[in-house]
Amino acid sequence: MANSFTCNIVSAEASIFSGTVEQVIASGIMGDLGILPGHAPLLTELKPGPVRVIQDGGKEENFYVSGGFMEVQPDVVTILADAASRASDLNEAAAEEARQQALKAFNEKSTELDYTRAAAELAEAVAQLRTIQQLRKKAGKG
Amino acid sequence: MAAAKEIRTQIGSIKNTQKITSAMEMVAASKMRKAQDLMRAGQPYARQIRNVVGHMADANPEYKHDYMVERSEVKRVGYIVVSTDRGLCGGLNHNLFKALLKEAVIWKKQGAEQDFCALGAKASTFFRNYGGNLVAAKSGLGEAPTVEGLIGSIKVMLEAYDEGRLDRLYVVYNEFVNTMTQKPVVRQLLPLSPDMGADAEQDDENARPGSWDYLYEPDAKALLDSLLVRFIESQVYQAVVENGACEQAARMIAMKSATDNAGGLIDDLEMVYNKARQAAITQEISEIVGGAAAV
Repeated sequence: MANSFTCNIVSAEASIFSGTVEQVIASGIMGDLGILPGHAPLLTELKPGPVRVIQDGGKEENFYVSGGFMEVQPDVVTILADAASRASDLNEAAAEEARQQALKAFNEKSTELDYTRAAAELAEAVAQLRTIQQLRKKAGKG
Repeated sequence: MAAAKEIRTQIGSIKNTQKITSAMEMVAASKMRKAQDLMRAGQPYARQIRNVVGHMADANPEYKHDYMVERSEVKRVGYIVVSTDRGLCGGLNHNLFKALLKEAVIWKKQGAEQDFCALGAKASTFFRNYGGNLVAAKSGLGEAPTVEGLIGSIKVMLEAYDEGRLDRLYVVYNEFVNTMTQKPVVRQLLPLSPDMGADAEQDDENARPGSWDYLYEPDAKALLDSLLVRFIESQVYQAVVENGACEQAARMIAMKSATDNAGGLIDDLEMVYNKARQAAITQEISEIVGGAAAV
């Protein structure tokens, strides 16, 4: 089929998704990217955030990625995630708690090392929340 | 009956040993299942990142990363040796070190020095006796090794490569063929060899080596730096978990044969014991008969 391509999402622990898709939307390090079939070869780092996959036939799947890489070839997209999970498995309360904790650590910023780690944790928690909210918004609409 | 008693104690002690080995066999069997799951879970990532790096070798990048360029002269090679932490797993480590030494001798003949990085306690012990130049060591990885636990040792080797102290980097580990067979392999990590993406079969027909390049975000250098380091880490991690599965399988087989051998030994000793007992009874009877005849 000309208007679809293969998409593989893998994390270090497991294969998360593999199948034929029409579009992939991911948050690249320099901004969000929408990949359609026949895209030019591209390599990008990924920010922590949601990855949306529109499957053949319009069904949509959401994933959460805490950073990683994406490789785009005209007929195959590979996402090498540091840690990925299906967005529906995400827990909003846990994410909110992680955000609060990260914020607290951020404000204390006792040492340089803790500071950078706290910043990374905060970014991740915010990204998780963003994924959940996106999912919720869509559910509300549908 | 003195001899018979000694034999009985010996049988008793062998029976105890047999109990231990058969328990270890069962423990290894259940750990092997977990180790195999861990190995399988990591395979998709390792395969995909190998595909990506294979594609990259086909491309004609604006920026040639240091890891992708073959160095003309090889003065020093590095080996990351993955071994087990514990013994009692048959010839697993021994075969691995033999394969490593065979490789090392070839390099020595060509005048290249060697550095070693030992993952697992057995490799550290081996290099202490063998006397290789050990630059990094890490042991106690446990049954569920993490990438974080390996990063330090890998970094030592990669830095050595970056600074030109190493011209080649290999990883040495046991490949899990099946439960009965583990094969020691020496695989080249750096520089990236073109055959690395050999299992990138799905788009072989439209591979156009050297005629295209990626778009890079943010930029080629930063991206390749982190991607290639991640690639090496994932390959070493995969080697470690695969070696872990090998360890449990080898231990299971070794303990099974130890249990069987103990069984054989017990049978033999029981035969000797019965003979000794019989001989003692016969002797006693003949003494009684002889005594009665004398009266």
